[in-house]
Amino acid sequence: MACTQAQLVSGSANPGRTRSVGLWGHTVYTDANMRAEPGIESSPRGPGCSLRHFACEQNLLSRPDGSASFLQGDTSVLAGVYGPAEVKVSKEIFNKATLEVILRPKIGLPGVAEKSRERLIRNTCEAVVLGALHPRTSITVVLQVISDAGSLLACCLNAACMALVDTGVPMRALFCGVTCALDSDGTLVLDPTAKQEKEARAVLTFALDSVEQKLLMSTTKGLYSNAELQQCLAAAQAASQHVFRFYRESLQRRYSKS
Amino acid sequence: MAEVVSVMTESPAGGRARAARTVLGQVVLPGEELLLPEQEDEGGPGSAGERPLRLNAEARSQVRVVCGPGLRRCGDRLLVTKCGRLRHKEPGSGGGVYWVDSQQKRYVPVKGDHVIGIVTAKSGDIFKVDVGGSEPASLSYLAFEGATKRNRPNVQVGDLIYGQFVVANKDMEPEMVCIDSCGRANGMGVIGQDGLLFKVTLGLIRKLLAPDCEIIQEVGKLYPLEIVFGMNGRVWVKAKTIQQTLILANILEACEHMTADQRKQIFSRLAES
Repeated sequence: MACTQAQLVSGSANPGRTRSVGLWGHTVYTDANMRAEPGIESSPRGPGCSLRHFACEQNLLSRPDGSASFLQGDTSVLAGVYGPAEVKVSKEIFNKATLEVILRPKIGLPGVAEKSRERLIRNTCEAVVLGALHPRTSITVVLQVISDAGSLLACCLNAACMALVDTGVPMRALFCGVTCALDSDGTLVLDPTAKQEKEARAVLTFALDSVEQKLLMSTTKGLYSNAELQQCLAAAQAASQHVFRFYRESLQRRYSKS
Repeated sequence: MAEVVSVMTESPAGGRARAARTVLGQVVLPGEELLLPEQEDEGGPGSAGERPLRLNAEARSQVRVVCGPGLRRCGDRLLVTKCGRLRHKEPGSGGGVYWVDSQQKRYVPVKGDHVIGIVTAKSGDIFKVDVGGSEPASLSYLAFEGATKRNRPNVQVGDLIYGQFVVANKDMEPEMVCIDSCGRANGMGVIGQDGLLFKVTLGLIRKLLAPDCEIIQEVGKLYPLEIVFGMNGRVWVKAKTIQQTLILANILEACEHMTADQRKQIFSRLAES
C-alpha cells in the first residue's frame, strides 16, 4: 500500500481509436480505445492497450465548487470538490492545504476497503495539488460510487482529477489511474471488468502523472513476477496517454462554449 | 529509444514546453510548460534535450513578464497550474501579463478586488464579513466614510457590504475597507435594504465587468435598475418591482452560456414585451 516514486520508460503500444460523442446529452464526451482488429473488444481481450469506453461530464452539480462524473465501461463514479474552504482548527495545517478524500460506496456505510482507497487517492492528490498556495484551508474531494463494474479505483482517480481541474485547484500536473489484470497464463488485461478482476491472478492499479508519466501511486493484489510488474507499468503508461488525450479533448470541449 | 522519445514528445498533456505566444486563447492544462518569447529561439517547441549552458546569462535582454492567476514560474519557464484559456496583455513594450482564464466558482481574496460580503459577526471594533473565501474577512468600524470613534456606522449582522480588500494574501486574514485612499465612500458601504443577491461563476463576473461588455448596456436599456457586482461572484440587483428584479437576475444568470447572437435575440424579445 506504500506510495512509490519511480520513472520508467513508456511502451510503444498504440491502438486504434474510435470516438462517439454525446452519450448523455450536452457536455458528455466519450472516447473508445480498441484495437484495430475486429472481435478484440469482446472478452477475453488480448494483451496490449485496450481500454473500455470513457465518458466524462464536468460541472454537473451546483453546490460543490467543482464536480465531475467519470465513466469507464459500466463503472461510474461521481466526484465533488469543495475548496479552498474553511478548515476545522483540529485539522488545520499551517503551511499547506488539508486534503480530505471521502469515498461513499453505492450501498451501506463505508468500511475498511473504502478507507484504504480513500488514503490511496488522497496520497495521489497530495502529490499533484499545490497545497502550499492555500495554507490553512481544506480541499475536500467527495467520491460517490454509482456503479462498480471493475477498475473502480482507477475510475475514482480519474473522476477526482477531473473534479479537481473543474474546481480550479492549482496542480503541478494531471493524473490518471490505470488498472491492469494478469491472468493465470500471464495475459495482461488493461481496464478489466469485475469478472476479469475476479478471475485474475493479480490486479495492479497505478496512478501516473501527465508530465513525465511518472508513477504517483501503486497498489497491487495477487502474485506476479518482477518482469510482469514492469510489463504492466509500461502498458499502463501507454494507456495513460489515451486517458490524458481524452482529458484534453473533454476540457477543450468544456471551454469551447465560452 | 527513438520510439520512446516519439511517445514522449507527442504526449498531449505533457506537451514539452510550447511557446506561450502560439497557444494564446487556447485551452491549457495543469502541468504544461510554456516558453516566453525570448526563450523560443534557444529551446523551441519539441527540443526536449538539454540546452547549452550560457556563460553570459546577464547579457540576455531583460523582459518583464507578470504571471497572473493559473501560472507559476518554474525555472525560466511558465508552469500552468489551472485549466482554462491562456490570455495575454501587452503593456506597451515586451513581456506583458500572462494569465489563465478559468471557469471557477470558489473565490480566493485578491488585494484591490471589490467584493460583496455578508456581515456575520460584530466583535468589539471589527466586523467579520463572509466573502466566500476560505476565512471571513475583517472590517474595521472606522473604515467607513465619515466614521469616527464617536460616530459609529450603522452596520447590523446580516447586512450586505460592498467593499475593497486592502490586505489579501495566503498567510494573513483578509481585511476589507469601505473607503478609498482619499477617505471617500466612492460607492462602497452598506448596501440598501431591498434587492436580490445571487451568485454566479467568477468567469461571468469578469465578463460582465469587462469595459466593452454589451450585456450591461442592454440590461440598462430594459429597466431602470441598481446593480452591484462583487468579484467574489455575488451580484446584487434591484429594480422598481420584484418581478423586474427577478427577470434581471434570470437574464444575468442565463447570459453565461449564450453566444452574442443568442443574447441579442433574448434582449430584442424582452424589449418587445
